[in-house]
Amino acid sequence: MEKKILEVKGLKTYFYTEDGIAAAVDGVDFEVAKKETLGIVGESGCGKSVTALSIMGLLESPPAQIAAGEIIFKGEDLLKKSDKERRNIRGNEISMIFQEPMTSLNPVLSVGNQIGEVLRIHQRLKKQEAADKTIELLDLVGIPLPERRIKEFPHQLSGGIRQRVMIAIALACNPSLIIADEPTTALDVTIQAQILELMKDLKEKLNTAIMLITHDLGLIAEVAQNVMVMYAGQIVEYADVDRLFEQTMHPYTIGLLESIPGVDLEIDRLDVIKGLVPNLYDLPQGCRFHPRCKDARTVCKEKEPKLYDLKGHKVRCFKYSGTW
Amino acid sequence: MSSNPLLEVKKLKKYFPIKSGILSKTVANVKAVDGIDFTINCGETLGLVGESGCGKSTAGRTILRLLEATEGEVVFEGQNIFNLESEKLRELRKEMQIIFQDPYGSLNPRNTVGDIVGAAYIIHGIARGKEKRQKVLKLLDTVGLREEHIDRYPHEFSGGQRQRISIARALALNPKLVVCDEPLSALDVSIQAQVINLMRDIQQQFNLTYVFISHDLKVVKHISDRVAVMYLGKIVELASKKDMYSSPQHPYTQALLSAIPVPRPGANKNRIILEGDVPSPVDPPDGCRFHTRCWEKINICQEEKPVLKDLGGGHFCACHRR
Repeated sequence: MEKKILEVKGLKTYFYTEDGIAAAVDGVDFEVAKKETLGIVGESGCGKSVTALSIMGLLESPPAQIAAGEIIFKGEDLLKKSDKERRNIRGNEISMIFQEPMTSLNPVLSVGNQIGEVLRIHQRLKKQEAADKTIELLDLVGIPLPERRIKEFPHQLSGGIRQRVMIAIALACNPSLIIADEPTTALDVTIQAQILELMKDLKEKLNTAIMLITHDLGLIAEVAQNVMVMYAGQIVEYADVDRLFEQTMHPYTIGLLESIPGVDLEIDRLDVIKGLVPNLYDLPQGCRFHPRCKDARTVCKEKEPKLYDLKGHKVRCFKYSGTW
Repeated sequence: MSSNPLLEVKKLKKYFPIKSGILSKTVANVKAVDGIDFTINCGETLGLVGESGCGKSTAGRTILRLLEATEGEVVFEGQNIFNLESEKLRELRKEMQIIFQDPYGSLNPRNTVGDIVGAAYIIHGIARGKEKRQKVLKLLDTVGLREEHIDRYPHEFSGGQRQRISIARALALNPKLVVCDEPLSALDVSIQAQVINLMRDIQQQFNLTYVFISHDLKVVKHISDRVAVMYLGKIVELASKKDMYSSPQHPYTQALLSAIPVPRPGANKNRIILEGDVPSPVDPPDGCRFHTRCWEKINICQEEKPVLKDLGGGHFCACHRR
């Protein structure tokens, strides 16, 4: 039996601000199984990062509020837990890798202290034990000369090494789920390739489930098993990676793929999705994508499509409702 | 495309001194651009690619004389621009424009779009008042913005629209050369595609020559005619787009191209993973600058600097093994 680690049901995360209510995440359901890598892809403002922060419990409230839904981690609803209980889970059972390694590392703590802190708080290790474990972790993430590196500070490290340190922190307590939010976006391609290799390698070794959040469909194709495409706070398509790329269904996903300049294709002009991502305070009626959709019909303007399930390939579009 | 050179860059060097002590003595130099040569023909797009710190942006700015070069020449339409006096340089500025990466940081938040795009007309005494407004409206139309946008401020626009404003500003004086410094990096893919198409359209419409600086090899492939790859302040390979992407010669180019994640499952198998990081440009390695990370290095690579040589058909490569 496939064991699920995380189950998100009907999650709605709203921001209550002076300008109104922004439904950043508006009814999202998905699961992550043990050892699975789930890719979440979408453009700025689609709700992918807010989904991650909701799971972590790292959103500032107010303005953010989880308006509805359940986040079930290992059989228990995280939203019903106290702050203290959630703190014990965060960093220990679920950990996160952020995009910008320079701003998410503490500039006044040495690498050793930064990783050691996690171990001392969550695993209650003694100072020396934590130091030994830290060296082991740095070695695991492929940082040369770990004995020397633990004395260094973030500004002394290159971008790639910093992101390796972030990964070491995320791995410190042997979590069952890692949420990686754009882990390679700030890195150069050759360094990105190193980090991807490391992540794939570690996954083999440690069997951790990963939620990979990115805007880069290339990364998704490379590391994810299942993919979820988000648009304006909702899932618009969900499938395993092969089906998503070979039998792409949703007009938005198709548009995204066509917008990428090809490396091995000779096209003179890119097919583009016209217009802009809608304003979350003022969402269009009906399907949220219809103002930008090439295939939109009257029904798309009037009614909101549900997520149709076609043998596991889910798509939020009337084209697949059977009555198109 | 005609083949008369619009711009020739010869042995261009730009060092940034590192000063130290109470006398501010120069103790070392950051060799950001360390001797590059290339020419760009009229109407052509030259892609300049490389990773952070390779000197591509410094090269772009030095070409426009926004930074004073340490050594070398930049010849624009037969004139060495480094010898020009300020009055002549001002005239020349009309011909050369730049579009910056960050559409948030490069537009003055206190000015309206009309002021931002029209500033050049005032500075160069070309038009003011109603005439200026008419010209700006025409430019906004060219870049796909609406008439009512002229009186708005930058914060009222999305990233893609701001980049359109930057493009309109660059076009105002009808330049011949536009240096585009990562103009698409801050944009989402769907918006990026819209702006790429716009840039190609206006290139044809105004017969522009682009120097397109980017770290994104996919975008560069799409938009360029020829591509130069930079590593630690030097050009390591320069070729037509087709040659560069179908048969890259320099090991660094090969690694760089293989590192691009392709949006097709199973397509990223034979990847070359480079070890380590780019060395410091303060103290670059002797010999070939890439030898510390190269898997094909031989003894000579550590001792002698390779020169950029023609491998045939205008495919240049700086490698001892080629």
